[in-house]
Amino acid sequence: MISQLSWKIGGQQGEGVESTDRIFSTALNRLGYYLYGYRHFSSRIKGGHTNNKIRISTQPIRAISDDLDILVAFDQESIDLNAHELRSGGVIVADAKFNPVVPEGVDARLFAVPITAIAEELGTSLMKNMVASGASWALLGLPLEVFNKAVGEEFGRKGQAVVEKNIEAVKRGAEFVLEQAGGPIDEFKLEEADGKQKLFIIGNEAIGLGTIAAGCRLMSAYPITPASEIMEYLIKKLPKFGGTVVQTEDEIAAVTMAIGANYAGVRTMTASAGPGLSLMMEAIGLAGMTEQPLVIVDTQRGGPSTGLPTKQEQSDLNAMVYGTHGEIPKVVLAPASIEDCFYDMIEAFNVSEQYQVPVIVMTDLQLSLGKQSCEVFDYDKIQINRGKLVSDVPALEDNALFKRYELTEDGISPRVLPGEKGGIHHVTGVEHDEVGRPSESSINRKKMMDKRLNKLNGLQIRDAIRVDAPHDNPELLIIGMGSTGGTIDEARRRLDADGITSNHVTIRQIAPFPAEELSVYLNGAKRVVVLENNATAQLASQIKMHAGYADKIHNVLKYDGNPFLPSEVYTACKELN
Amino acid sequence: MATFKDFRNNVKPNWCPGCGDFSIQAAIQRAAASVGLEPENLAVISGIGCSGRISGYINAYGLHGIHGRALPIAQGVKLANRELTVIASGGDGDGFAIGMGHTVHAIRRNLDITYIVMDNQIYGLTKGQTSPRSAEGFKTKSTPEGSIETTLSPLEIALSAGATFVAQSFSSDLKQLTSLIEQAMAHKGFSLINVFSPCVTFNKVNTYDWFKENIVNLNEFPDYDPSNRIAAMTKIMETGGMLTGLIYQNKERKSYEDMIVGFKEEALAHQSLDISRESFDKLVAEFK
Ligand SMILES: Cc1ncc(C[n+]2csc(CCOP(=O)(O)OP(=O)(O)O)c2C)c(N)n1
Ligand code: SF4
Repeated sequence: MISQLSWKIGGQQGEGVESTDRIFSTALNRLGYYLYGYRHFSSRIKGGHTNNKIRISTQPIRAISDDLDILVAFDQESIDLNAHELRSGGVIVADAKFNPVVPEGVDARLFAVPITAIAEELGTSLMKNMVASGASWALLGLPLEVFNKAVGEEFGRKGQAVVEKNIEAVKRGAEFVLEQAGGPIDEFKLEEADGKQKLFIIGNEAIGLGTIAAGCRLMSAYPITPASEIMEYLIKKLPKFGGTVVQTEDEIAAVTMAIGANYAGVRTMTASAGPGLSLMMEAIGLAGMTEQPLVIVDTQRGGPSTGLPTKQEQSDLNAMVYGTHGEIPKVVLAPASIEDCFYDMIEAFNVSEQYQVPVIVMTDLQLSLGKQSCEVFDYDKIQINRGKLVSDVPALEDNALFKRYELTEDGISPRVLPGEKGGIHHVTGVEHDEVGRPSESSINRKKMMDKRLNKLNGLQIRDAIRVDAPHDNPELLIIGMGSTGGTIDEARRRLDADGITSNHVTIRQIAPFPAEELSVYLNGAKRVVVLENNATAQLASQIKMHAGYADKIHNVLKYDGNPFLPSEVYTACKELN
Repeated sequence: MATFKDFRNNVKPNWCPGCGDFSIQAAIQRAAASVGLEPENLAVISGIGCSGRISGYINAYGLHGIHGRALPIAQGVKLANRELTVIASGGDGDGFAIGMGHTVHAIRRNLDITYIVMDNQIYGLTKGQTSPRSAEGFKTKSTPEGSIETTLSPLEIALSAGATFVAQSFSSDLKQLTSLIEQAMAHKGFSLINVFSPCVTFNKVNTYDWFKENIVNLNEFPDYDPSNRIAAMTKIMETGGMLTGLIYQNKERKSYEDMIVGFKEEALAHQSLDISRESFDKLVAEFK
């Protein structure tokens, strides 16, 4: 019996790789296993090799694995490209149709299952995915009933006949492979899972759900990889809550529409990736200058320009922190888990209204699109705070204007929505006085700049940094952000085994930078490793600039389009020691 | 009931004496009062330019945004609170150069807002460069040898983009302009009113006198039928785009807000932000 295993399916894009993965993993999720998915895809829609990998475990996992136990292949290319990942004694389940061969030097058992033939015999080659997932399921020695239930739910609305056909396909796949293998393979038999109900969800969907829970009712956006799923989720769900999604003509329209809607009182967001973020820059300045709440999600992908649009990167950090001309207060939050994606959206909308500032939520492709198990989101933790939003303002004498930009102690002024009788004021991106009238007075200018730029001094978010620090004076402090946390933790386990002590800090509040909180950990560590998916060490630069300790900091950078593997992190850390 | 005086504030416009924009401001104030609006129920969203300052000169809610983006901001305001009357406004550079993409798509989208372009055929605020509305051969600081690009015809573009209300006016004709703004506010959908608004400082060609000589008022054609799109297009072309009045109106097409499935009459901004435990559980169950 084993506690974890890696499974991968490969084929041509559009050939059923996605759906096989979906049904297989849904059933595993029902049994209570922890899953972590990794989608490899190119920007082609049909054709071209694609593969999905999932790691299955009885314990929480948040990283892809280095090796592979089972490879399901719809074509020889999938074997040729992926078989090298197989651990010795691993298994290839391949469609007998293409006469699969195990590449030289790969020590794996091959089961050639007539995947296409069985599917066609049952009526349609579309059922290939069911045959393949049935075969995979059987190898793990898991009960077929659970699987059949998942199949029933997937196809229920197509009628009983379709369900039965698919169940039959699963059964045939399972039987065939078991016959060849002589029963479930012992070393793939998974220990029983804890059976606790979990969610199996991608970051973008968690963001969508968090957005609705946060009371956001409008989204204006322009499609882009890897952000589009947020829009697609919200267009399905927002109408049920009275809201809607507008697909705008470009990202400038998306962000300015969101500014207009926030100004008029509806929590509104937009989401994009690097190219769209670049187009939004001037408008972000407008929101900062006019103190409008605004939430933007940037799902980072490979840049610059069109870059690697379907690959992992964390290189928009500088753009998010520094982007827009002039100086404005801005918050950049970096969720580091699926749970964060949900709860941070609520936080983002609250912070944005409480401080009347733009908030950028930073994810990366792996966090946005990688499907993972996570704890069920807690309804009782949803809290909405609209800050100094006032209503029923009494009418002022002689058309006097409301002090929307009143100079207050904390720099945050009362906010009123259009429609309020006593609330009329001006809003302009030109420097303005307390009622919003344009003003070039140098005294006013300085007061207003200071007001805006000091507003965030009191900012407190949940876990500005997330700390796992078992040691007072570790050999290593490893710092990361976004999707890399799980990988770092696995590397640390290996380092532990070698006797190398390490702490781990995840930076979740990128701006304003939580230098003070971080300093304690920087101070205590002998060496500091900052791990990021970019070429110019943007996070490390923030740390050095705000907290210091430049002489201790070592960069571990990866910008080839792929997420870090635990072994790479382990090796990099080991070499430093 | 509010009178036009209630739409005045005590901010003194920084427009040059004689600028056409003054009358457009007055026309908006008059029209707002005459359709029975209260200042708090009007939002004027403007772009950047001399003309863009207009939102600061009207006693109403208003937002003076960034160059070329008045329309998407205005559409956001309307989606958030459809109980407000929303006017978007700006110059010809704002709406037909940097903001042209938004103009065409706002027309297609057909949200119920009124867009008033203050068309002076030149860039005023940046002190006299060519605009997409400048005539060919027009000499400006940026076209010392005369403009060599064709003049953009916003009316034709609006019609071909599916506009449901297209009008043109002249800032000197306060009566016509006020009436057109009233009709536009009553129209259920997107209304474009292009207003000739002479720039007395930088445009020495398209002057008040020049407009008076060249404008053709649709009043002169008693048989003209503004519900006929082909006739509208023909008339625009026949007059070289120099006609004024209500050029086209489609009363059949519903506004965007009215076509969004499940979108309520009540302002979204007044609806609750909370979701019930039951709805939440339903959303979450999809990922189990
Ligand atoms: C992104 C950007 N580019 C350029 C400018 C400079 N600018 C301000 S107004 C303007 C054009 C003004 O012309 P128009 O829109 O016709 O308005 P007018 O001043 O004539 O009323 C320009 C180019 C700016 N504010 N923002
Ligand atoms: S420069 Fe022209 S457009 Fe600007 S205020 Fe003066 S007259 Fe009006």
